[in-house]
Amino acid sequence: MASHGIRDRVAIVGMGCTPFREHWHRSLDDLLIDAHGLALDSAGITKSDVDAYWYGTSQSSASGISLATPLRLDNRPVTRVENYCATGSEALRQACYAVASGAYDIAVAIGGEKVKDGGYQGLNAFPIPTDGTNRALTAAAMFSLVLPAYADRYGIDEDQLRYVVAKIAEKNHYNGARNELAQFRREIAAEDICKMAAVAGSLSVFDCAGVADGAAAAVVVAAERATDYTDAPLYVKALSLVAGDGSGLIDPDFDFTTLPECAATAADAYAQADITDPQTELALAEVHDCFTPTELLLMEDLGFSERGAGWSDVLEGRFALDGDLPVNTDGGLKSFGHPVGASGLRMHYEAWLQLRGEAPVERRITTLDTRSRALVHNLGGYPGEMVSFVGIWGTELD
Amino acid sequence: MRTTKGILAYGTHVPYRRLDRAEIAAVMGTPSGRGYRSVASFDEDTTTMGVEAARRTLGSTAALPPDALWFSTVAPAYLDKTNATAIHAALRLDASVSALDFGGAQRSAVGALRTALTTPGRTLVVSSDVRVSLPTGLEDGGGGDAAAAILTGSSADGPLLAEYLGGATTTAEFTDRWRIPGSNHSRTWEDRFGEQAYTPLVRQAWADALVATGLTVDDVSVAVVTGLHGRATRKAAAGLGVAIADDLSATIGNTGAAQPALLLADVLDSAKANDVVALVTLADGCEVLLFRATEELTTGRPSRSVATQIDNRADVPYTRYLAWRGLLEVQPPNRPEPGRPSSPAALRRSDWKHGFVGSIDRTTGITHLPPSRVGISGGAVDDMDPIPMADAVGTVATFTVDRLAYSPSPPVVFAVVDFDGGGRMPIELTDVDPDAVFIGGRVEMTFRRLFTTDELHNYFWKVRPIRG
Repeated sequence: MASHGIRDRVAIVGMGCTPFREHWHRSLDDLLIDAHGLALDSAGITKSDVDAYWYGTSQSSASGISLATPLRLDNRPVTRVENYCATGSEALRQACYAVASGAYDIAVAIGGEKVKDGGYQGLNAFPIPTDGTNRALTAAAMFSLVLPAYADRYGIDEDQLRYVVAKIAEKNHYNGARNELAQFRREIAAEDICKMAAVAGSLSVFDCAGVADGAAAAVVVAAERATDYTDAPLYVKALSLVAGDGSGLIDPDFDFTTLPECAATAADAYAQADITDPQTELALAEVHDCFTPTELLLMEDLGFSERGAGWSDVLEGRFALDGDLPVNTDGGLKSFGHPVGASGLRMHYEAWLQLRGEAPVERRITTLDTRSRALVHNLGGYPGEMVSFVGIWGTELD
Repeated sequence: MRTTKGILAYGTHVPYRRLDRAEIAAVMGTPSGRGYRSVASFDEDTTTMGVEAARRTLGSTAALPPDALWFSTVAPAYLDKTNATAIHAALRLDASVSALDFGGAQRSAVGALRTALTTPGRTLVVSSDVRVSLPTGLEDGGGGDAAAAILTGSSADGPLLAEYLGGATTTAEFTDRWRIPGSNHSRTWEDRFGEQAYTPLVRQAWADALVATGLTVDDVSVAVVTGLHGRATRKAAAGLGVAIADDLSATIGNTGAAQPALLLADVLDSAKANDVVALVTLADGCEVLLFRATEELTTGRPSRSVATQIDNRADVPYTRYLAWRGLLEVQPPNRPEPGRPSSPAALRRSDWKHGFVGSIDRTTGITHLPPSRVGISGGAVDDMDPIPMADAVGTVATFTVDRLAYSPSPPVVFAVVDFDGGGRMPIELTDVDPDAVFIGGRVEMTFRRLFTTDELHNYFWKVRPIRG
């Protein structure tokens, strides 16, 4: 199996992101128009400059027409992309490949989701006809399966582990409080989260991603033309995607203490980017903290912690804003909110701000003196059957 | 060689939940008697309970499989459509095995049994009931929910556990109890009317049965006397002149259509060889059937007796019971209802959905649940054999309690189960206290109704803790 990557061949030269909110008064079209405008302004281009679009939405609309119509695009190719909660990153990945192929000069990846028009809290399942035997569990419950399994495997007290994951929410709320685009901007202590009523396993509502409407977009061009648009482009170092085969739900050897698809994409991405020690080579990481146990496992699967040491690294604050490797400096899904199709691009937006030194000073990372790369991890699905994306981006050509 | 008809195997299902009748008094402020009634869980109906009883029946015998399946209930899950076919599918019976419903009245159940015992072939006779009346009504506390199954056949089909000696029947039209289709409770005439109407019908059937079998009352070891008319049934029992079996009214209540076979099973659970057992059922007349237990009974009983199931129980609060039966409407979870299952998809995957048949990779030996055409290891296509897993037992690998997911009775208790001998399935747990689940807990399969959408019942399997 070959995975050559397109390292240093494509760059992001503009990005935009709307506030993630319960946008009762703004439609999906409004959000897409706003994100699109912000991204194009950021790159200093107009829509007549854009050659092609990749539009990611999980279930808010269908087909390229639903982007071309609100933006009134003039005979442009628009591809609608869907890959569960990794939809936004997938749109970006496709746009990058299109530019790398030489088919287009300027491509836009845009993702948006309108989740608050549905009438129910949380995210709801795709209404696909089935034989009726499929699971009807919430995503929160599927990810809550991790905690008893992890506690059992590493001999950790379940109450202590529950506190560990609450510390992840505390950290992400701390970061989100310093982000005016984030949905939730209030700090909260892990101790208070632990006192909340459980909704799935031992998880409370505050262990779950915020549910918000929003949109985000990126402009990508060939690397050699990147500086025509910006002084500080983000160059592709790696793009990796795995769609899991679901074997974790069939194979008794899978023990719910790892997300193998995520580990596989990380290994592939590190190979593409020639990274051997992510803990010291990455300036920051934006990871898919859909639920607090997810971020715990990701610290190990992405190689930021040794196996079985993720929980103690979390307690030591290694992934805090001022830690060895800051993770989810914008508040993550937890605090920023999770408009499904937009989230992958939102993660890239934070990498864009931080690596360019444009993040607000109160949440600016301090690792840039010696490091210039960011990792973005975006997943969709559940432990045992998921899609995983890992992208690595840098401000310098190798 | 002369062959004898009789019972080749039997099995029962008493639901795990009980209602303490004192709870009715506490909530409603009216006298409600003592003891308990059995309560079908929110995910059980007469079809699923019938499946459980039928599985235990066929699982306890080496006799040839049935060539007919007859299902009787007063509370069918569907009209228009046959309910026995779901039981047929869950038992993975061959398409050539006929499956029929005997509907409507309690009498149909014992009538199906007598017909099976007097016609050729092996017939699996399943009876099942969920007894409901309005709160404080007679069957609110006095009814019970259960299923029982009896495999009838001849001594040529396998060792008989009890021989059918013969019987008699009387029939009369009188309206002491009635219910129109769609109603959730029966109405009754004043008690004394039914008593006088039944008494001569019982007397005649009992006398005719003794004549037909050449027995005297002294030959009868014990009589099971059942009927929904309590006063008439007690009077009939007192007039037979023989020992009367426990009617289980104190422990599970009157289980209607299931009651004759359930009480007969309870007696067979402890009967000695050569005991003569009479089954007397008062239902729009009277049916009398006489059996003689054989030497084979001791070794042919199902592994789970009625008494064992009565002992394995947990109470359900009265208000929750009422909600389960639709007698107390509670706020549903604020989640979208699941979509109805697709009938074409269900037909294509009937072996999986109804039979819980997975596939096992011929090369790697890995069990795949649900069945796959392509294995998770090795890469071969269509290199699988079917593997029935409904009788497998397993262990909880990890678990959760989902208080957000849609359920007819939240919360959803859910576990990843690893089966002995191979195979893993993330699956819902039922008949369990959410606080009592633990990694390493042992579970078995049970056929349940997951939910109902657009009046379409979605049947599939769950796991439950192994008890007894």
